[in-house]
Amino acid sequence: MSEPVLSVRGLKTHFRLRTGTLKAVDGLSFELQAGRVLCIVGESGSGKSVTAQSIMRLIELPGRIVDGDISFRDQDLLALTEHEMEDLRGNRIGMIFQDPMTSLNPVFTIGEQIVETIIAHTGASKEEARARAVELMRLVGIPEPEGRLTDYPHQFSGGMRQRVLIAIAIACEPDILIADEPTTALDVTIQAQILRLLSDIQKKLGSAMILITHDLGVVSAMADDVLVMYSGRMVEYGDVKTIFRNPRHPYTLGLLDSIIKLDDSRESELRSISGLPPIPINPPPGCAFRDRCVKAMDVCGTQDPPWVETATGSTAVCHAVEAEEGAAGAGQGAAP
Amino acid sequence: MSDITTGGAGRGANGGEGPLLSVEGLVKHFKLDPKGLFDAPPILRAVDGVDFDVMRGETLGLVGESGCGKSTTARLVLRLIEPTAGSVTLDDVDVLACSKKELLALRREMQIVFQDPLSSLNPRMSVGNQIAEPLRFHGIGDKVDRFDRAREFLEVVGLSSDYYDRLPHEFSGGQNQRVAIARALILRPKLLILDEPVSALDVSIRAQILRLLIDLQGRFQLTYVFISHDLSVVKRFCNRTAVLYLGRIVEIAESESLYREPLHPYSQALISAIPEANPDGPRADSLGGLEGDVPSPISPPTGCPFHTRCPHRMPECSERTPVLKEVKPGHQVACFLH
Amino acid sequence: MTDAPGLHGQSMRQRSAADLRRENLHIMWRTLTLAWHAYAKDKAAVGALIFMIIVVLIAIFAPYISPHDPTEAVGTRGGLPGTDGLLLGGDMDGRDMLSRLFWGGRVSLLIGVVPTVAATFIAVVLGLFAGYIGGWADQVVMRILDVFFAFPLVLLAIVIAGILDPGVATLILSITVALVPYIARLVRTTTVSVKQEPYIEAARAGGATTPTILTRYILPNMLAPVIVYSTTLIGLMMVVGSGLSFLGLGIQPPDADWGTMVSDGRAVLKRAPHATAFPGFVIVIVSLAFSFIGDGLRDALDPRARVR
Ligand SMILES: Nc1ncnc2c1ncn2[C@@H]1O[C@H](COP(=O)(O)OP(=O)(O)OP(=O)(O)O)[C@@H](O)[C@H]1O
Ligand SMILES: Nc1ncnc2c1ncn2[C@@H]1O[C@H](COP(=O)(O)OP(=O)(O)O)[C@@H](O)[C@H]1O
Ligand code: SF4
Ligand code: SF4
Ligand SMILES: [Mg+2]
Ligand SMILES: [Mg+2]
Repeated sequence: MSEPVLSVRGLKTHFRLRTGTLKAVDGLSFELQAGRVLCIVGESGSGKSVTAQSIMRLIELPGRIVDGDISFRDQDLLALTEHEMEDLRGNRIGMIFQDPMTSLNPVFTIGEQIVETIIAHTGASKEEARARAVELMRLVGIPEPEGRLTDYPHQFSGGMRQRVLIAIAIACEPDILIADEPTTALDVTIQAQILRLLSDIQKKLGSAMILITHDLGVVSAMADDVLVMYSGRMVEYGDVKTIFRNPRHPYTLGLLDSIIKLDDSRESELRSISGLPPIPINPPPGCAFRDRCVKAMDVCGTQDPPWVETATGSTAVCHAVEAEEGAAGAGQGAAP
Repeated sequence: MSDITTGGAGRGANGGEGPLLSVEGLVKHFKLDPKGLFDAPPILRAVDGVDFDVMRGETLGLVGESGCGKSTTARLVLRLIEPTAGSVTLDDVDVLACSKKELLALRREMQIVFQDPLSSLNPRMSVGNQIAEPLRFHGIGDKVDRFDRAREFLEVVGLSSDYYDRLPHEFSGGQNQRVAIARALILRPKLLILDEPVSALDVSIRAQILRLLIDLQGRFQLTYVFISHDLSVVKRFCNRTAVLYLGRIVEIAESESLYREPLHPYSQALISAIPEANPDGPRADSLGGLEGDVPSPISPPTGCPFHTRCPHRMPECSERTPVLKEVKPGHQVACFLH
Repeated sequence: MTDAPGLHGQSMRQRSAADLRRENLHIMWRTLTLAWHAYAKDKAAVGALIFMIIVVLIAIFAPYISPHDPTEAVGTRGGLPGTDGLLLGGDMDGRDMLSRLFWGGRVSLLIGVVPTVAATFIAVVLGLFAGYIGGWADQVVMRILDVFFAFPLVLLAIVIAGILDPGVATLILSITVALVPYIARLVRTTTVSVKQEPYIEAARAGGATTPTILTRYILPNMLAPVIVYSTTLIGLMMVVGSGLSFLGLGIQPPDADWGTMVSDGRAVLKRAPHATAFPGFVIVIVSLAFSFIGDGLRDALDPRARVR
């Protein structure tokens, strides 16, 4: 496989709250390959957004990146100055947020906001930037872009605003696009439009993409690789076919089991994972999933689960999977 | 006191014939604030002529995109807002002709569960007291009865009765939704409107709540109107499904047949736009779907409301409005193609 | 219709009414404890509360603990602290500063607390009415209050105090009237936003009547920010009251509150700066204390901040 564009090693982002330390992300490692789409899935509160914000270095107090490293190509992102980071954001790494309603500044026109980004990162003249803005708006499928440059965000529908945000994010043809639940606030027919657009643009630009979502349908439509998160940690990683066909981690299995599919009959069993996701404030050692896990063993409550390269092709972080893979334990290793 | 345990048994008409709920020609036009001083107030057509029946013990699904009038329909049926036109009949009682007092009595027959569990609960009242509140409103039982009854209903929805004096913020979304369901059920209504009851919940929790709802439906002989924008859930949960677009029903049929063979172009688009959690399913570039946005309900298109986005549009579509008509037994569509 | 399962029959009550009352008392007590814990997390608020308790005690017991009669000259005019055996010195007329501060506290607290509390009551009624009913009621009430609002608070109080006979009662009345529009606005805005919460609609769907909704749903959820705001106003109103007294519209000499002590001290500012500084300092500290208490209340009244 090719060089990773982004590699995250042992990332820990903690929030110091009055009630204790909330370990939103606690030892996360993964690589993003050039030109591929990595989907991060997990329930709300599992640390998906914090991961994205950590990569963008947008974590604010009481949150702090307490450990780990993030490298973008050969650059150590955590060692950059704020100024250098500003240069990178929106330029080499573009970000699209969940809520298209609040991510645009209501007092500036759509045109001004796109043009400003272009000028800030490329130093183009106003005219050049304007021409580029029109081109971008056309690219993201906004009809009659010239006329709409002077519109304000409130004059755009949710789907159109998300298109504008995508236009801003890709203005500088970034190497990495990070999209945090870009379609969660949208209707299905609009979601389909935006997903098609994102996939199109990603292919056109050849950039790598991190797509954060809680919707396994979106994962299956978009992902090359999938990272499943639970309570601030990775539980399973693999390419999209492996994760859907041969999931090994009990949480991934449960999650796939809980989705209701269109071709389910009315008599089919409604399955769910029992219990509730924990809030990772001062979490005890061991596996965070153990209270809900059907395969939990004694060791799960005392030792952090190991990384296991399974014979079926995924990487699962689980004691039971380790046992299943047998004593031979080919390719096992501890978390970095 | 005995009222508490007999529940709704003595009230209302029979349990047999005819639909439990019948909605005809329901219209709600909201007057918005005028833009200029001398402008006429714009009219927002939130619900624009909706008809449907719900049989006893069945579950009717209402699906459609955001703003198509699902919640407004729910509020109208419960008469939380006054309609512009139309009629709502519950168990042979004309809901819209009721006096204030009769309406209070009717509230015992129909209840609602909202989308966002946390904000539909009073943040400063213990969950137990909130479950007991409807009994208080209706003067049923004394304090002790209401307390016992609320504890019992906590258990009915799968929570421990020891949680009586917890506050909503101490609970997760799924637990709060159970509280909201208990509060809606404590009056033993016949009809329960569920307005996106699982949309705000995590995937792994959704099925827990859906299972509870199915279980309760059998236990309390409930009739459900289930509102959702998630077609997979509606299909799994509802006997019949109505598809709404811009305040109108464009198709209504048995869920199975609607999904197997959607007839209205909008229903077809809606179904093909859902990304399936299936590694062999369509990738993003082959997802179905529609061009353009939902038109504003302030100036809806003339003729067929869907004609601005319809791939099968014909000249007459922008001139005349198609009405619902039965094309197969139990399958109604509003489209000139059929 | 089937009966709910798990029911033990209607005669088998698990609790008597007395049991329930006891349990409710217990819950109330625990809520108070939790609220106190939330309050106590803010150390400044705790300090401010202790300080204010002392100040109030001093004011109440001023007749017994004051070393001298506050209206009688016992030392040299403008005597510095320590002279004539007066701990804080004498004022411009040679009266004991310490005793005058003790006694002045009574008046200052009175004109800080009473108008604020009274205005809050009136404002809650008006704001709730305007905000909940909306439409014409809102227009009528809020436009009338706007008229009052258009005048600066102090100017309005001057006008009212000028019409009536000067004195503490006048002072209290005029500050109350001037304060109502400020609090009523907050009450109205908060009421309007609480009214739109889904849980209000849920209560209506359950069969709640308007009085129930107002008292059990809107009032408890609207009151917290209002109480916090009012608390922080108390300190300010003490200063406003002194201003009015300074203009001869409030307290009449030889009685004094802290504010009038500050203005009296100006006559001897160069020679005896302490005569201005001590009461000024006390006003600042007490005002600060009230705003710290307000901060603490914000947490104590927020159910989310109460962690078990
Ligand atoms: N009180 C109101 N005043 C004015 N317009 C309203 C009011 N309530 C609803 N509307 C409008 O009526 C239309 C239908 O709203 P409704 O809430 O019924 O949609 P919905 O189908 O439930 O959508 P969602 O999926 O977003 O919940 C929308 O355009 C909405 O903005
Ligand atoms: N600014 C913040 N302050 C405190 N806690 C936070 C903050 N942002 C996120 N968290 C917590 O971190 C955890 C992970 O959050 P997030 O990454 O937003 O989850 P999601 O997977 O839903 O995107 C959650 O428990 C959340 O409450
Ligand atoms: S480590 Fe143990 S508890 Fe965690 S998922 Fe694996 S088997 Fe279950
Ligand atoms: S009536 Fe015409 S525009 Fe409307 S859905 Fe049918 S074909 Fe399309
Ligand atoms: Mg998130
Ligand atoms: Mg709705």
